Amino acid sequence: MQPFTTLSGVAAPLDRVNVDTDQIIPKQFLKRIERTGFGPFCFFDWRYKDDGSLNPDFELNQPEYQAASILVAGRNFGCGSSREHAPWALEDMGIRAVLAPSFADIFFNNCFKNGMLPVVLPESVIEELLARAKERPGYALTIDLENQVVSDQEGVIAAFDVDPFRKECLIRGLDDIGLTMQHEPEITRFETSRNVNLPTTPVLA
Amino acid sequence: MTTPKTLFEKIWETHLVREASGEPALLYIDLHLVHEVTSPQAFEGLRLTGRKVRRPDLTVATMDHNVPTWARNLPVTDEISKQQLDALASNCKEFGVPLYDLDSDKQGIVHVIGPELGLTQPGMTIVCGDSHTSTHGAFGALAFGIGTSEVEHVLATQTLQQARPKTMEVRIDGHLPAGVTAKDIILGVIGRIGTAGGTGYVIEYTGQAIRDLSMEGRMTVCNMSIEAGARAGMIAPDQKTFDYVAGRPHAPSGKDFERAVAEWRHLPTDDGATYDRLEVFNGPDLTPFVTWGTNPGMVVPISGRVPDPSSAHDEGERRATERALEYMGLTPGTLIEDIPIDRVFLGSCTNGRIEDLRDAAAVIKGRKVNPRVYAMVVPGSMPVKVQAEAEGLHEIFIAAGFDWRTAGCSMCLGMNPDILKPGERCASTSNRNFEGRQGKGGRTHLVSPQMAAAAAIAGHFVDIRTWEPTA
Repeated sequence: MQPFTTLSGVAAPLDRVNVDTDQIIPKQFLKRIERTGFGPFCFFDWRYKDDGSLNPDFELNQPEYQAASILVAGRNFGCGSSREHAPWALEDMGIRAVLAPSFADIFFNNCFKNGMLPVVLPESVIEELLARAKERPGYALTIDLENQVVSDQEGVIAAFDVDPFRKECLIRGLDDIGLTMQHEPEITRFETSRNVNLPTTPVLA
Repeated sequence: MTTPKTLFEKIWETHLVREASGEPALLYIDLHLVHEVTSPQAFEGLRLTGRKVRRPDLTVATMDHNVPTWARNLPVTDEISKQQLDALASNCKEFGVPLYDLDSDKQGIVHVIGPELGLTQPGMTIVCGDSHTSTHGAFGALAFGIGTSEVEHVLATQTLQQARPKTMEVRIDGHLPAGVTAKDIILGVIGRIGTAGGTGYVIEYTGQAIRDLSMEGRMTVCNMSIEAGARAGMIAPDQKTFDYVAGRPHAPSGKDFERAVAEWRHLPTDDGATYDRLEVFNGPDLTPFVTWGTNPGMVVPISGRVPDPSSAHDEGERRATERALEYMGLTPGTLIEDIPIDRVFLGSCTNGRIEDLRDAAAVIKGRKVNPRVYAMVVPGSMPVKVQAEAEGLHEIFIAAGFDWRTAGCSMCLGMNPDILKPGERCASTSNRNFEGRQGKGGRTHLVSPQMAAAAAIAGHFVDIRTWEPTA
């Protein structure tokens, strides 16, 4: 996994609440069997008009946000479907961190599995960041994961919390499965010591 | 004396493989359900790292999201869908995972077939790369949706790294009035606590109205826990649960079943156990609900009106309401009963089971679908379809003018050819009314099967409590 240490980049404002994963990556693109290549379809229904041209009214289509690597959004970002295609699509579009007042659970987990950082900040801070990103062309932020602070050119804006284990995994780019496999003897011990009859799953005729 | 524990705590604690400070817990997974959409990249990950599926005997796959619901005998014509279905078949073969494919008479929506086959049992941990895995919590199991990286993790290790969630009791006191269903309970709950109200929690539903529900009704309630943002929803197992599981193909039998039931009886939350949060509803006050907006929390009673953005609590909600009304093509103040509909979708992992079809059939029997409406029934599984046909329900639907399909997720998410056209308005028994969910520009209103059936006949929403059965 790609490590995440410090990220500096343009912040794009998506001033909407409850952005669901159906919006981030609509169902017709979930048929791909790869992890990559979802970027062009990210926010598809908002981003493009029916004739396939870019929708000039969609916030993220403004020229100043094309190089953005940070997304600032409203509360409950990533709600709905468990599709990991959502963080894949954002990442493929160049976004490596999302800042919001709150996130839906599964999306939040999925980000960490892909070297992406979801940052929870107070609603008032997000409002301020949304305003600055809208008003100042090229407004950039720096997210320092080691020190857990978000800053801009003028200085530190806010500190944020992150689970220490997840932080370590992100900074070192660790593979979860590899970590768990180090505990293989414990898994085997658990399996052999249980006194339960689990249903097994052979296909029935 | 031991500390009183909740249902959740009992399952969590008996599935801990490892718990160390500064790390997430490592939780053992008893059953891993797999489908074609969220698994190909996970299998590919195993291939790239040379890993195997640790417990294929605790893993089962089916095809549901992408499958056509008509002409099942013909090859799948959507090339990309076909590629994904073929990928699941070849992955299952390569890794030894049992698969119910399109040729199987057991195929169906993953959350319908798990319980149907008796794979879903009390006290288990169950995961699937699908947010509606919460459905299985109806059996007193801890069941939740995971992302594809976690699917790969479970395939490789049969465990999951998990932070311990908080617990919430949602208690529904008293009995439900006639015409008010499990779907209305959960829409009412989401309407009050909001689509993020349950974030970070596992909900346990308790109270008389929950105990009154059939197993299928309980599945409907738990199914939409994720729409309240909750990690999972659960209901304590009781005699109804044991009777439902008894005799199913993968359920234990004879002495083994008795032993299992004796264990399952210890699962319900102990007297004196506490939850982190409590929400209480009065069952007799609940009504049939209809969503008006673009998330399941945007919901009002059938007797209500489309809300006015100016009555929103804050600026974010006001703008979300305005955006939703614009997308939905609705005017504030419109009576819900005055909203005309174009389509009806009866099906999904929320409401695609036999009781749902029976309830809907009872509403439409001897009547005709309104000429302005195209209505379809998609049974949740092939066994549901077979059962419905044995009861003659299909004849009632077909005589009324409904399209009678084969099993799959279908228009709940429109990954197959079943989608809404832009601007079409649909009364749907599914679980999400997000923008574009059922087709770009499509407008979805979530309702119970009875309410959907009545709307199909009337051509607009009607209060099922006032519906006169045909003589």
